[in-house]
Amino acid sequence: MPTRPEPAAGAATVLDVADLRVHFELRGSFLGRLLGRDAGSVQAVDGVTLSLRHGEVLGLVGESGSGKTTLGRALLGLVRPTAGSVCYRGTDLAGLRQAQLRPLRQRIQMVFQDPGAALNPAMDIETAVGHPLRIHGLVRDRDELRDRVHDALRRVGLVPVERFASKYPAELSGGQQQRAVLARAIILGPELLVADEPVSMLDMSVRAKILELMLDLRRDLDLSCVYITHDLATAKFFCDRVAIMYLGRIVEIGPTERIFADPAHPYTRALLAAVPEPDPTRTLTRQLPRGEVPDGVDPPGGCSFHPRCPHAFAPCGWEGRDVRALLEQRWTALDEADYAAEQALFADLAELDVRGSRLRIRPAASRSAESIRALLEQVRVGDPDEPLWRGVRQVSVADGACVVDFVEGVDPNLGPVDEGAVACHLYDPAYR
Amino acid sequence: MTDEAVLRVRDLRVWYGTERGPVRAVDGVDLALVPGETLGVVGESGCGKSTLGRGLLGLLPEGAKAGGEVRFRGTDLFELSGRALRELRGPELGMIFQDPLTRLNPLWRVSEHFEELLRTHCPDISAEQIRHRSLATLRRMGIPPTRYRNYPHEFSGGMRQRIMIALGLVLNPAVLVADEPTTSLDVLVEAQIIRLLADLRRNFDTALLLITHNLGIVAEACDRVAVMYAGHVVETGDAREVFAAPAHPYTRELLRSTISLSTTGLHYIPGAPPDLVDPPPACRFHPRCPDAMQVCATRDPVTVSPRPGHRVACWLHGPAEQVGAGGDAPLVREEIDVADEA
Ligand SMILES: Nc1ncnc2c1ncn2[C@@H]1O[C@H](COP(=O)(O)OP(=O)(O)OP(=O)(O)O)[C@@H](O)[C@H]1O
Ligand SMILES: Nc1ncnc2c1ncn2[C@@H]1O[C@H](COP(=O)(O)OP(=O)(O)O)[C@@H](O)[C@H]1O
Ligand code: SF4
Ligand code: SF4
Ligand SMILES: [Mg+2]
Ligand SMILES: [Mg+2]
Repeated sequence: MPTRPEPAAGAATVLDVADLRVHFELRGSFLGRLLGRDAGSVQAVDGVTLSLRHGEVLGLVGESGSGKTTLGRALLGLVRPTAGSVCYRGTDLAGLRQAQLRPLRQRIQMVFQDPGAALNPAMDIETAVGHPLRIHGLVRDRDELRDRVHDALRRVGLVPVERFASKYPAELSGGQQQRAVLARAIILGPELLVADEPVSMLDMSVRAKILELMLDLRRDLDLSCVYITHDLATAKFFCDRVAIMYLGRIVEIGPTERIFADPAHPYTRALLAAVPEPDPTRTLTRQLPRGEVPDGVDPPGGCSFHPRCPHAFAPCGWEGRDVRALLEQRWTALDEADYAAEQALFADLAELDVRGSRLRIRPAASRSAESIRALLEQVRVGDPDEPLWRGVRQVSVADGACVVDFVEGVDPNLGPVDEGAVACHLYDPAYR
Repeated sequence: MTDEAVLRVRDLRVWYGTERGPVRAVDGVDLALVPGETLGVVGESGCGKSTLGRGLLGLLPEGAKAGGEVRFRGTDLFELSGRALRELRGPELGMIFQDPLTRLNPLWRVSEHFEELLRTHCPDISAEQIRHRSLATLRRMGIPPTRYRNYPHEFSGGMRQRIMIALGLVLNPAVLVADEPTTSLDVLVEAQIIRLLADLRRNFDTALLLITHNLGIVAEACDRVAVMYAGHVVETGDAREVFAAPAHPYTRELLRSTISLSTTGLHYIPGAPPDLVDPPPACRFHPRCPDAMQVCATRDPVTVSPRPGHRVACWLHGPAEQVGAGGDAPLVREEIDVADEA
């Protein structure tokens, strides 16, 4: 049974990412139209700082939209940072032109989730795997090309080579295709491999085989890796260090052992508690965070995890939309008549979708602001432990509206904990 | 228990005609579903899980053929006319798919999806009743009533899947098949939906067939499990019992090769599931089975019941008298190429 090799201690820094930001403008874009918006931007990567030591495997873990892929692409110079820097062995990729990036491309390679899409369907495996050697002009003749391709195929276990070299991608299984993609990625002798969900599309029983191959390649070729995944189990097995991402930020980073044994950030804890295990003695927690990853175009104020965080408190960034979500959650449990009566108090629920620390709620024509205040009070008394109330300074009636004043939200910084760092006010001495 | 079954499948066979010959995706499956239970179906891809799920509802893709019987409350679905079958679908037999977005009409509000469905199957229903039933089902799925008139694109992926499940349940069908319903969802949302499906057992008496490649989901949300390999169901039983003590080597190896939070070393099953045009003879798992014996390569395993409610088709569990003299000698396996593996 192969196990994870020891991480490299005290090795040189391969990658240095400092306050990296990648923002996508939505104006006129496909995504913009899809979302029914034609302005605004998504902060896909929003101030990420990290470094990778030689020989290390760093995991980027998070749910969809957390910015893992965008960050991975930025590490290869495939997307232009809006701000910040990505330095590979001291050279900032952001400042380089295409021609200058080229030699670096030999040192940094990327593997994607869908091996079928990564391989040209019209190119046989031998041609596809040899392609990087040809475009970089690194072989003298066809014999050398052939030898090096066959070496790479053997290296990834596509043996007997003769049987695979002339095959087309469609003739291979998903696992075999991913082996071919890995062969192409290692053929230039890279130092760094960025693997974006390399086993997610593969069957459970094939994942272990590809992970084992990646472990072998890492050891034999002295690779450093960035392993991008939403799957905590493979990250735990494969990575030396893990960064947990949420809405473009790293919310927690640290050695794998510590993160999994003693997760600090409430989001990390929630993720770990949510993994269904094929262990009949263990059941999933009933306390799952509510809701889903919000839209990255207009992320929640303060700590962007606050609407879902069971531990959120006063400074976490409470705002109007949270009141709406709370009412909707309540109405999901009420019977129809009670729901109708309560909903009829409001002039327009959309008015609750505002940012900032003051919310004004106008009553419907024949209703009073006081009845809305009374409803909110009833909601609070019904569930005083609801985290939102920790952030409510006062609920009052003024100028014919119900006014909710929130504690000013503060965006948590990534601060040091025992091993690693975490971005959460719970660990900030200022709030303890 | 046997007579309570709402759906009973005997010797179900489904095959797809291809140039290379028939693909026997489901090849002689016996199953029974009891009201209110959740049966998980697991197995590597290509083992016939989706085909089985559709076949249970009498649904066959273009070009597919079926044999055997699927009795819903005593009536064989394969003997019904297309029209009679369509009338059962929805009120009695429902299906939930992996990708909700492709199944919802982008131009219709959520309310319109429910109106269309309820009007089709309950022609006399009033507008008020439609609203009432739809909202009640949506509520149970955690969709707030304020969102009733929104369009599909205004919901997140998890909410859409909840809406799909609500649409599947609003007619209170007797049998619901869910094919990988959480595969495209995020970790936390997946856990929420699993919770919801697990709670279904208590709140509805719908029998649920849950197809998944994730053994953790079965442990979490299913009463019983059926393990499929190469078109056969090789083991069925109480989900917790099977996972605690798998009887079939395939079940055991599948569990061992699952990478979970407690994984400390990689393990995998050599080789890959066979081509179902020409599967291996006798026990279809024998070329990959670490326990394979002489008899496994020559005779079909017999389904036996080591404990009540538990069935397994493997020579390790006998019947001993049929294994024959020397039948239990180890089978010398051919080396499996990495090439054949993955
Ligand atoms: N080219 C683009 N134009 C506009 N927005 C983009 C673009 N690429 C990514 N985004 C947005 O940036 C955010 C982060 O996306 P990214 O793909 O990096 O996340 P991810 O963590 O890899 O997600 P997943 O787990 O779904 O792969 C999302 O909100 C996404 O919609
Ligand atoms: N429409 C079809 N035409 C031909 N072969 C098919 C079709 N659908 C599935 N198959 C084949 O049937 C077998 C079982 O497939 P499927 O039921 O989808 O398995 P699973 O859901 O377990 O992955 C596979 O070999 C698959 O390639
Ligand atoms: S800062 Fe910490 S406690 Fe506050 S919402 Fe964020 S994760 Fe929760
Ligand atoms: S019948 Fe034989 S080959 Fe098949 S699973 Fe049992 S021991 Fe293995
Ligand atoms: Mg991605
Ligand atoms: Mg399937």
